[in-house]
Amino acid sequence: MSKVLTNNQTISNVHRNNQPITQKRNRLDKIVHNSLLAISSLPILFALAIFLALWFRAYPILQVHSFIELISGTVWKPLKGLFGFYPFIVGTGWVTLVAIIIAVPICILTTLYLSEYAGVWAQRLVKPILDLLAAIPSVVYGVWGILVIVPMVKNYAVPLFQPLGNVFPIFMSKNPTGYSILAGGLVLAVMITPFIISIAYEVLQTVPAGLRQASLALGTTRWQTIKYVVLPVSSGGIFASVVLGCSRALGETMAVLMVVGNMVQIPHSIFDSAYPLPALIANNYGEMMSIPMYDSALMTGALILMVMILILNIFSVLILRHILIEPH
Amino acid sequence: MKTKWKPRHIEETIMKILMIFSFSLIIGSLGWILFTILIKGLPSLSWAMLTQTPKGGYYLGKEGGILNAIVGSLYLAAGGTILAVLIAFPTALFLSVYVNKKRWAVIVRLSLDILWGIPSIVYGAFGFLLMLAMGLRASLLGGIITLAFLEFPIMTRAMDEIIQRIPPDLPLAAYALGSTHFETALHVITRQVIPGLLTAVLLAFGRAIGDAASVLFTAGYTDHIPTSLSQPVASLPLAVFFQLATPYPEVQNRAYASALILTILVLGVSILSRWISYHLDRYSIR
Amino acid sequence: MYSNEPHIETNGLNAYYGNIQALKNISIVIPRKQITMIIGPSGCGKTSLLKCLNRFFELSPNTSVTGEVLTDGENIYNPSIDITEIRKKAGLLAQRPYPLPMSIYDNVAYGIRIHHTRPRREMDHWVQHYLEIAGLWEEVKDRLHSPANNLSIGQQQRLCLARGLAVEPEIILGDEPTSALDPISAQNIESRLLDLKSQYTIILVTHILRQARRLADYVIFMYLGEVIEAGLAEQVFNHPQHERTQAYLSGVF
Repeated sequence: MSKVLTNNQTISNVHRNNQPITQKRNRLDKIVHNSLLAISSLPILFALAIFLALWFRAYPILQVHSFIELISGTVWKPLKGLFGFYPFIVGTGWVTLVAIIIAVPICILTTLYLSEYAGVWAQRLVKPILDLLAAIPSVVYGVWGILVIVPMVKNYAVPLFQPLGNVFPIFMSKNPTGYSILAGGLVLAVMITPFIISIAYEVLQTVPAGLRQASLALGTTRWQTIKYVVLPVSSGGIFASVVLGCSRALGETMAVLMVVGNMVQIPHSIFDSAYPLPALIANNYGEMMSIPMYDSALMTGALILMVMILILNIFSVLILRHILIEPH
Repeated sequence: MKTKWKPRHIEETIMKILMIFSFSLIIGSLGWILFTILIKGLPSLSWAMLTQTPKGGYYLGKEGGILNAIVGSLYLAAGGTILAVLIAFPTALFLSVYVNKKRWAVIVRLSLDILWGIPSIVYGAFGFLLMLAMGLRASLLGGIITLAFLEFPIMTRAMDEIIQRIPPDLPLAAYALGSTHFETALHVITRQVIPGLLTAVLLAFGRAIGDAASVLFTAGYTDHIPTSLSQPVASLPLAVFFQLATPYPEVQNRAYASALILTILVLGVSILSRWISYHLDRYSIR
Repeated sequence: MYSNEPHIETNGLNAYYGNIQALKNISIVIPRKQITMIIGPSGCGKTSLLKCLNRFFELSPNTSVTGEVLTDGENIYNPSIDITEIRKKAGLLAQRPYPLPMSIYDNVAYGIRIHHTRPRREMDHWVQHYLEIAGLWEEVKDRLHSPANNLSIGQQQRLCLARGLAVEPEIILGDEPTSALDPISAQNIESRLLDLKSQYTIILVTHILRQARRLADYVIFMYLGEVIEAGLAEQVFNHPQHERTQAYLSGVF
């Protein structure tokens, strides 16, 4: 026996002398521990694998064109070897921005209502509703978008905002179809709602009741308490929930693809059609692979998309971990 | 004291109206979506759609159904779910029982969050690359593997959260009786959280049924029900998508009906999982 | 029975958490500008009673209240009443101090701004005034604009007192306001309260009998949601009428 024994060794030696069964059990425990440890490293490996696979596929085109050149290029003509991602990146940005602008006030107001005013009944009601909204498949959102949102944009929103177009170019309409950024943004806004609300609600629940009461005890209305106390302390977390919603919106593919028009152009108005990155990949990948660099270009698109999402995602996850998991 | 309408009360009332309005807007949109799909889908929904595969000329408006897509989606989602469970459960167990709060758990959870955030179109592209590397064509197996990747983070995160909710005294009591980690995990914890785990599995299953972007390149599309893993397979979301893209109103109407079937399927799974967590949870200790 | 005129009266006050009755038919009188202390074993409804006096009880979900609470003769459970005015009139010092997430200065100015009780240009003066009353001015005058969270817990409780006084209440409700504090801070708060009773009606909940003996002019003894005995402190402490009170005071439970 060696002179230096760790605690563990001592204990297992005692067991070994007394109970052979314990020894077997402990060995089994050790084996299980190690295999579980191996399995639990899979998420890290997967994340790395996905990133590396995209990177290797994107690599050929990145050798010919610089990254800056690709993301600032405005011409997309694969047959001529021109792969400018700028229209797609801008399109993605527009759709996401419209979705966020529409969704955020509604989500925050709803969350505040649920957490600060609503009775138990509303809180019970809202959980299944959010679950259902999150469960509805993207394609179904797309169908709803085509049936409801696109005609609505075409028949109501365009005529309504047309007069503003001369003053504010973002309301200018040259696209009579209704398949537009606004339609994509509206559908997306509904889709990201459950994510933003459920996280923002959790964030608000971490505000101590005593803090609210401290303000209420001074004779403030609930709204004043929300405005001066609840929102200032939870603003970081709410912001993170919005950023997370943003990252969901960026990657959403099918629903947006179905209503956004998919025209390679740099949009100038919310009524213009756009071609977001995920739609580009979905519509073209796996086909026309004979065009040189095409596949590599699309993978670069996927890589750009993933990096944008990763940045937002990690940012919000780190904030939320701090707030929700390690409360002070 | 009774002058109730001071500016702050007016402000509060306005905000409250806005809040209730927003809340109803959200309930309203859910209702609107379901209503639209129901109204547009119901007229074209027929027994034949549920029980037949597409016959010749189906995409021109002739007879047939989308049984291929219904079965295909179930195959894909079931396969993906089984594959995902195989790694999700051990991972979640290890995270919450063995290394909870340690640095390793933090890193693994962070990468799970990252995986969770990756959009399904990227999983689709990745799956396609993986299949190229493995020499596979668009097939049931390809779709299953891709969906397993997509489902894995959803499932693991849900399971992890559920296992963590176990009162810490419970495993401690088991350790106190001399159980090893593994025995505790197996007997005490697993038994305690089975309803929750089922919910997590169903959550991922539902997501897999509804996902289109990930199976777009990896599973292909066919009018037949596949008989082996290497054959291409149809799926409901893509059935909706492709039928909608045809110029024939007949076929487009069937797309709505397919969307209705898909919605019912997914909402059914969601409601089932809610029911399970509601009814089975009562038998475990809180 | 009381030398001072009544400030608050409750008539047949009942309060419920769901099906559990926390207060049973409470009818008491609380005199003006005196310290009234509510004592009793834990779970007897002391805090519930206190929370009914500024309509805080209803903040917990699934609660209901019947009966009336008259403050200056006006029923604060009258549905048409402005709750914010009730709470302005009856300031609360909670068990644990919760500084608002803003600077020391803004914590005190918060209530003044909300209720516009003082002109804006005099704000500096009044913030100083209330911090002085709470005995905190000397300690914080050089860092008025630093976050209130940086104060020690004892300082925080005095800040909460200053913040509460700044809205000019007539009543101070204290829910074991010293229980989270160290002995010196607790003593500090106690002496503030004694100073304040010439101007405010003070109602304190406590589980520390010695504290009640030190501070109380009047005492209300509660047990299982009922008021067993109420009256002048001297009388209740020295000649308790009810045997439960005797038992409690002698430390039987």
